[in-house]
Amino acid sequence: MILSVDGVSKWFGEGAARTNALREVTFRVDHNEMLYIVGPSGSGKTTLLSVISGILRPNAGTVLVEGKDIWRLSDDALADFRLHTLGFVFQDYHLFPRLTTLENIAVPLILRHVPWNDGLEKARRVLQVVGLEQKGQLPPQRLSGGEQQRVAIARAIVAEPDLLVLDEPTASLDGDTGKRIVAFVRNEILNERRAIIVVTHDDRIYEYASRIIHMEDGRIVDLPGPAA
Amino acid sequence: MSGVLKLALKLLLGDRGKFVTLVIGITFAVFLMMLMTSMFFGIIEHSAANIINVGAKMWVMDPDVQTPQNSIPMPDYVLDVVRSIPGVDYAVPLYVGAGLVRLDDGTYQAATVIGLDDATLFGRPELLAGKALDIYRNNAFFVVRDANYAKLRSPKIGTTFEINDHRGIIAGIAHVSIGSLFGLPTLYTTYSRATQDLPSTRYVMSFILLQPKSPAAIPGIKRAVAKLGYLALTDSEFTTRNNRFYEFQTAMGTNILIMTLISFIVGLSIAGETFYMFVLDNLERFGALKAIGARRSELVAMIFYQSLVVSFLGFGFGVLLASALVAFGKLRIPNYAAIITYQNLFMALVMVLVISGVSAYIGIRRILRIDPFVVFRS
Ligand SMILES: Nc1ncnc2c1ncn2[C@@H]1O[C@H](COP(=O)(O)OP(=O)(O)OP(=O)(O)O)[C@@H](O)[C@H]1O
Ligand SMILES: [Mg+2]
Repeated sequence: MILSVDGVSKWFGEGAARTNALREVTFRVDHNEMLYIVGPSGSGKTTLLSVISGILRPNAGTVLVEGKDIWRLSDDALADFRLHTLGFVFQDYHLFPRLTTLENIAVPLILRHVPWNDGLEKARRVLQVVGLEQKGQLPPQRLSGGEQQRVAIARAIVAEPDLLVLDEPTASLDGDTGKRIVAFVRNEILNERRAIIVVTHDDRIYEYASRIIHMEDGRIVDLPGPAA
Repeated sequence: MSGVLKLALKLLLGDRGKFVTLVIGITFAVFLMMLMTSMFFGIIEHSAANIINVGAKMWVMDPDVQTPQNSIPMPDYVLDVVRSIPGVDYAVPLYVGAGLVRLDDGTYQAATVIGLDDATLFGRPELLAGKALDIYRNNAFFVVRDANYAKLRSPKIGTTFEINDHRGIIAGIAHVSIGSLFGLPTLYTTYSRATQDLPSTRYVMSFILLQPKSPAAIPGIKRAVAKLGYLALTDSEFTTRNNRFYEFQTAMGTNILIMTLISFIVGLSIAGETFYMFVLDNLERFGALKAIGARRSELVAMIFYQSLVVSFLGFGFGVLLASALVAFGKLRIPNYAAIITYQNLFMALVMVLVISGVSAYIGIRRILRIDPFVVFRS
């Protein structure tokens, strides 16, 4: 088991304005597992990923990654957890417009103090994997939405994280590219030391899931999912 | 260079508009501060010109005297007493006053007249033309060739004029290291001629210049002179006293001080404001860095680095600009009193560092409060 989420609740606002984004969410993810989280818009999927990723502090519950309670870590230790254990593809990419595509991908390596040129070299290899080797020198805003999404994925996997978290990774990709990239992630990234969590609406990629859980209104609900 | 700092630089340079505004803002502030302080130091230095040019180790004066230009005459017996103080090697009188020169073409020009001790000529200037002993000739004056020389119609050796209705003749052209601030030409003559021809008060001795036997004798001399009711200062003490006067007791000093402060505040606001805008504009990027795993200390280092880069660039350009203007000013206006010293370079540097520190601090406070989740949703 790589991840254990126990009784996690998260709400925004107070009193009448309070939104319960997560209500006592509990689930586990094993090594070598590719878990899909599906559910309607506003059901709390991004909130859940953020809590798991050490970006958003929950109001209640614990998140154990490799047995470590990440929300009891110091600020620096939490930053190190995000840097060394986690790879995150944000729903809307959040690439750096002032950097080239290659440099964007190398950012996690640079933060890990990998020498600049070694980082770019590694980034170039990953860029090839996502099929954008021609675009390395362009700034990301010159790429199409789908290409930007691929760059964001490349940035998340470049440092080979143990826990890879993808928020709608194929939303702006055509079916073939989406499948190709998810297949790549599944085949090349996933192994017995790692796990992948994917939030998606895209049933074209369901076939790659190890397991699918459903969310509704901040809760995990039992639905007979179309698991592969 | 660490990769994180390189990233910071790329983020900064990538935002060309803000980067240029930042550098220009700081350049402008440094330029103003440099100009103000260099004018200030220039004026101060020139106002102390006589102390430096005469070059005596110690000066005796009335306690109310603040500057070498405005002396209060002392009675002659003071000189005799000062000469008898133990530790005094020698002491000579000095006259500093003003005379009204009537030129051959009938126009008038005020001039500073300095009367040197007849026996020693102590404090005499370096001569560009003529011989020192020519000062003993009838009605002889040395004229200083500085920025105000032309106001006497650029006299040559042998040129005659009238001063306070007495005849005068130029016997030498002198050079001094620092020109006068006050826009008056300077004439040197002997003490006896200066005191005969020029003044009308009962006492005529402006200053006593004295040479102590050793530095150790100075405190004793000061005490002895103080007993007489007069004031003995070393040249540097007198310079400081003079500078204080111009800094704090004339409108000039205070105004320049205020202007310097204003340029500092203007620079601080431009730089602080622009830098904060830069930080706000890049909140999403800093948020992403934080989410990917940058530590707080790394974000702080990035911000400080960015603000230091723009500050040093602005400092460089500002100093360059100010130096160019001062050099140009000196070329065009002979009396232009401005000097760039290590002191004002250092002052401007300190001010820039304060500006950069404050801007960075404002930015850092914002950055550390970033919640990537919130940034990403907005
Ligand atoms: N910062 C916030 N302040 C207030 N409410 C918030 C905030 N963030 C999320 N919410 C609310 O929490 C709920 C869950 O949001 P979340 O973004 O997790 O949904 P989602 O499942 O990712 O939706 P989508 O599929 O549209 O991305 C929503 O009702 C949303 O309005
Ligand atoms: Mg979402």
